[in-house]
Amino acid sequence: MNTLIYTSILGFLCMVLEIFNVRKLIVPVLVLGLAVIFGLNLADWNSNQSFFNNMVRIDNFSVAFSGLAIFVTLLVFILATDYYAADQNHISDYMAILTFILVGALMMFNYANLTMLFLGIETLSIALYVMAGSKRFDIRSNEAGFKYFLMGSFASGFLLFGIALIYGASGSFDLGKIADYTIQNQQNISPLFYTGMFLVVFAMLFKVSAAPFHFWAPDVYHGSPALVTAYMSTLVKIAAFAAFYKLMSTTFFYTFEKVAPMLNVVAIITLAVGNLMALAQTNFKRLLAYSGISHAGYLMLIILTAKNQTAGALFYYSLAYSLSTLAAFAVAIPVFSATKSEDINSFNGLAKKNPMQAAALSMAMIGLAGIPPFAGFLGKYYIFTEALQSDYFYTTLIAIVASMIGVYYYFKVILAMYGQAANEAKVEQSFNYNLVLWICIVLSILFGILPGPILNIF
Amino acid sequence: MESNILQANPQNWYLVLSTILFSIGVMGVLMRRNALIILMCIELMLNSVNLLLVSFSAYAGNSEGQVFVFFIMVVAAAEVAVGLALLVSIYRNLATTDIDVLSKLKW
Repeated sequence: MNTLIYTSILGFLCMVLEIFNVRKLIVPVLVLGLAVIFGLNLADWNSNQSFFNNMVRIDNFSVAFSGLAIFVTLLVFILATDYYAADQNHISDYMAILTFILVGALMMFNYANLTMLFLGIETLSIALYVMAGSKRFDIRSNEAGFKYFLMGSFASGFLLFGIALIYGASGSFDLGKIADYTIQNQQNISPLFYTGMFLVVFAMLFKVSAAPFHFWAPDVYHGSPALVTAYMSTLVKIAAFAAFYKLMSTTFFYTFEKVAPMLNVVAIITLAVGNLMALAQTNFKRLLAYSGISHAGYLMLIILTAKNQTAGALFYYSLAYSLSTLAAFAVAIPVFSATKSEDINSFNGLAKKNPMQAAALSMAMIGLAGIPPFAGFLGKYYIFTEALQSDYFYTTLIAIVASMIGVYYYFKVILAMYGQAANEAKVEQSFNYNLVLWICIVLSILFGILPGPILNIF
Repeated sequence: MESNILQANPQNWYLVLSTILFSIGVMGVLMRRNALIILMCIELMLNSVNLLLVSFSAYAGNSEGQVFVFFIMVVAAAEVAVGLALLVSIYRNLATTDIDVLSKLKW
């Protein structure tokens, strides 16, 4: 609870600092503040409290995911120092909105009531619509923002209709009470409840960008400013999956069998679409968008096995995925601004110009492809084991084939860096980007070698 | 709870009415090309949910649903504010509110 309150205060503080005209202080204050909040959050470990009539519940699940979200935000803010260096006039707006996205994500980890789930999703989404369209004079950014807004609020409508139907059937918004309703009325659960459950699941599938609800993702990732794309593909994906997992493993625990076949089909389609479409991409951000969709497919396998309490595997995979993705963006953002292009071609010959960056991006790509010793490999391994134990044999088989296809398009980037002649654009080295880069790579290797503490966290 | 004006009609009527309103909203979002009309259709979707929540709340005799309606209203207002702001910046760049112009990003 402290985490949530202090993070909101930090967001407001950001805007107050703007009033006092101390823009230079904003990012250092935010980074310091988030580091403190990270510590406060850890202090809640094993506390299991609930607040506001059980609207918010702090348990180890929410503490762990909040920690991950705050850590990711911290890294993104370090990147933001240089990214917004030329746009100091608006820095307080950008940083405040990015902080409020974190607030929304924290609500999505802590919720114990569908009201809080809805508020969390909306706080996160509305702030994100603004950030996606934040390059006001770039028509592609406008388009990304507006497309995201239209599709996002459309999905919110379905989420709300679903919540209303569930409320009509069970008479409560509380996760525990709804679960009680499904136990007590096992034989005659109202059809309203099932309709509502399906609508809520559809809305969540949209938010995690699982196919066939993925259409917004490539466009929005492509059009948004690169830093926002980095934030979207890490924090937002983690938040959506954690909220979805919590919903499936608590409220819909007893009615899970009804949606399981549909989720199974969605997982298969997502894996196929994500990986096959990624093969055809020439734009790096679109490539990462489709890679994000295919990772959503792997994470769908965890949602499918949510009945077996697989939160550890979800946490490990989210961590591995966001470390690799952030490392990739920490290399890509300076390259984009140097070459004025976001194509995979802009990485041509990076190995000759900036051998360290090229090596790091290769490691990030290898991590995303799921090759040892990086955490991505063990993440996939644990997901596949869990899925096999729950008898999803064919889905796992397709996931394994999909991850082999994945190696091809991740290596396309590595080949461009090592195999092509260099372009003349000079990529600037900056301390902040390198810092984030090496933190991500080192942690990714560390957790790849020693998965125990993270995997058995719950 | 004593009977109130909402309970003059059977509960299913409210369910049918809000489902029809919601469907009109959905069809509007999918079929209309003008961004402003689409915004209004999204509002219609959200308001049909409000009606449903209020009727369920009146019949079940607990007030949670009606409180939720306030949350939806607040969020809808914030959403429209952001949506219109995005639309204004599109209009400044392209001088149109037709969403078919938003086709720079493909595949």
